[in-house]
Amino acid sequence: MLPLARLGVRAVTVTMKLDSFTKTLPKLPGAVPVWHGAVTAEELRSLCEQVERGGGKLLALWGSDETEQYALHVSLIAAPGMLVLTLLVSGKHAVFPDISDLFPAADRMQRAVSDMLGLHPAGGGDPRKWVRHAAWPGNVRPLRKSFDVATTFPAGEDGYPFVPVTGNGVHEIPVGPVHAGTIEPGHFRFSVVGERVLRLEERLGYKHKGIEKRFEGMTLEQGARLAGRISGDTTVGYAWAYAQAVESVTGTEPPPRALWLRALFLELERLLNHLGDLGYLGNDVALAFGFAQFWILKEELLRTNGELFGHRYLMDRIVPGGVAVDLDGAGIARITGALHHIEQNVAALKDIYDEHAGAQDRFLTTGRVLPELAAQLGLTGLPGRASGLAWDTRAQFPCAPYDQLDVQMVTHRNGDVAARVTVRFEEIAESVRLIRLILERLPPGEIRRALGDAEQGRLGIGWVEGWRGEIVVALHTGENNRIQRLHPHDPSWQNWPVLEHAIIGNIVPDFPLINKSFNLSYSGVDL
Amino acid sequence: MLPIIRQILRTGIKTEAPPQPDDALRLEVRRINEQILRQIGRALAIRHVDAGSCNGCELEIHCLNNAYYNIEGLGIHFVASPRHADMLLVTGPVSRHMETALKRTYDATPEPKLVVALGDCGCDGGIFGESYASCGKIANVIPVDVAVPGCPPTPTAILQGILTAVSGKAR
Repeated sequence: MLPLARLGVRAVTVTMKLDSFTKTLPKLPGAVPVWHGAVTAEELRSLCEQVERGGGKLLALWGSDETEQYALHVSLIAAPGMLVLTLLVSGKHAVFPDISDLFPAADRMQRAVSDMLGLHPAGGGDPRKWVRHAAWPGNVRPLRKSFDVATTFPAGEDGYPFVPVTGNGVHEIPVGPVHAGTIEPGHFRFSVVGERVLRLEERLGYKHKGIEKRFEGMTLEQGARLAGRISGDTTVGYAWAYAQAVESVTGTEPPPRALWLRALFLELERLLNHLGDLGYLGNDVALAFGFAQFWILKEELLRTNGELFGHRYLMDRIVPGGVAVDLDGAGIARITGALHHIEQNVAALKDIYDEHAGAQDRFLTTGRVLPELAAQLGLTGLPGRASGLAWDTRAQFPCAPYDQLDVQMVTHRNGDVAARVTVRFEEIAESVRLIRLILERLPPGEIRRALGDAEQGRLGIGWVEGWRGEIVVALHTGENNRIQRLHPHDPSWQNWPVLEHAIIGNIVPDFPLINKSFNLSYSGVDL
Repeated sequence: MLPIIRQILRTGIKTEAPPQPDDALRLEVRRINEQILRQIGRALAIRHVDAGSCNGCELEIHCLNNAYYNIEGLGIHFVASPRHADMLLVTGPVSRHMETALKRTYDATPEPKLVVALGDCGCDGGIFGESYASCGKIANVIPVDVAVPGCPPTPTAILQGILTAVSGKAR
């Protein structure tokens, strides 16, 4: 475990000792430990420096239009939980302090804020655009309240300046946005000498479909469906985080049975994704047997989901106020049987993967991110845990029912494809254990409560450890239980830039394998 | 090697019978000569294009390759280039940032070609609709033969859409 910021907790307030004065932030109501308050530019910078020095990290960064002025919101993790700092920015001089020198992962988030809202980091960071390609002109800011979502523009020129790499024998390989496999679109620009990669530069944003703008004006109930479609493979994670945010602003406490069922769904989602990834990681090293085996297990679990809960991926099963579907005794027996089957087969397959010389030869030392670099760049979630970074919200800041499950965090230190494979195997075993406990202790009672009303101008936060890593949903309320602004944050924001480092010095044909071992979301960051 | 063989034997054969074509899925943008359809229907090459989906439809396309649906057993396979493809399998909505890439992929696919649009978003724009960032349904950008609704459509529904596109129209 990393040493965290030296910040004390006192009942419902955090007292932070800044260099020259004390700042108190109130705790937000709800399931997750979040403290929120307004800060000045100097305080923002100073608090970020303190959190960084203390071993904390940046979680998310977003902006909002506050009528004639703007706000920048920064979410950090410190010892007691999450801090959300809000900086009001004048409409005339729309700048905020750059924090990408402290947290490199902030860079793309800051660029997205520039593109979408027209707030710029002062004195630093990469000046290039990030989300915007050619669908709207550079002087148009889609997340400003004055912008109508239905406005369209004739396609312009994209003209994105990639960083050129020159020298004897260097050539470029442009890949995408349409890739060779069934994957999401994005562009990768490799600069190589022979087969070895000198530099990879990513260009994302192809899937930008206006999700954040789409949320604005939706009712809190309507937003749940969209939240479940931010990144289809993490629908449970986002739906839960969204529900937490809504429950925080409406003062709704979901019934205990609903919370336990949500954890069941989240662990099922983790199992599905880890099973699928282990199959593809086998496939990518020419072990087609692995693909066949793991995808049989995945399909069987998908069918179990479909039959018990009415949706193979559990979309729309978590709703604000609770869950939409219950589980009976026969269902519990069905899942218990499925777990036994998965456990037996995964154990056999792990032995086969571990003993397979061809697979291990490709896995070991490939795409390595050493713990020091991982910490410096802010790697998070599953790849972070494979590089020695012990962060898992379920273990460190557990909300119910995880506070009663004693989640055993899986970490490894090698930071290569092999470590990311091992973390997946061990997390499958842990999820199986957790699901058994959940099924055993599932409390009786109702599964959904009616939502209260939300005051205008409130902030609600959801924070869930999805299978990739931490998902944050930040919800700002408007009039009549409607959404004023919603920012969903995917851990892929942190991890995409690290992938650029993981490939350096590796050969081009290993990129698909390294990429798969991270398995990051495009839709979740393009929004 | 022995553990692998043991595991394969223990698993057995999982493949199920494929669904029948369904004419209700046709948009009838254009027809291909029946004889050609019979030819490509037996060795169909598909290029998948994600034009802006949430990635949900992709999860179910992946499943077509699993042993239960065993799409390769039907002579259908996914190819790496549109130039090798008879069919584009497109998920959406089409984001405006993917509009050019989708059109270019369509143009790079040799005639005769088929297009199957997947998912509620591919059929009508779905929850994302049309906006400054989204062109909405696939048919707003390229011609579509068959559209398969669902969020996401099940592998069986996707397979049915593909088989409908390559089957002759019922008289």
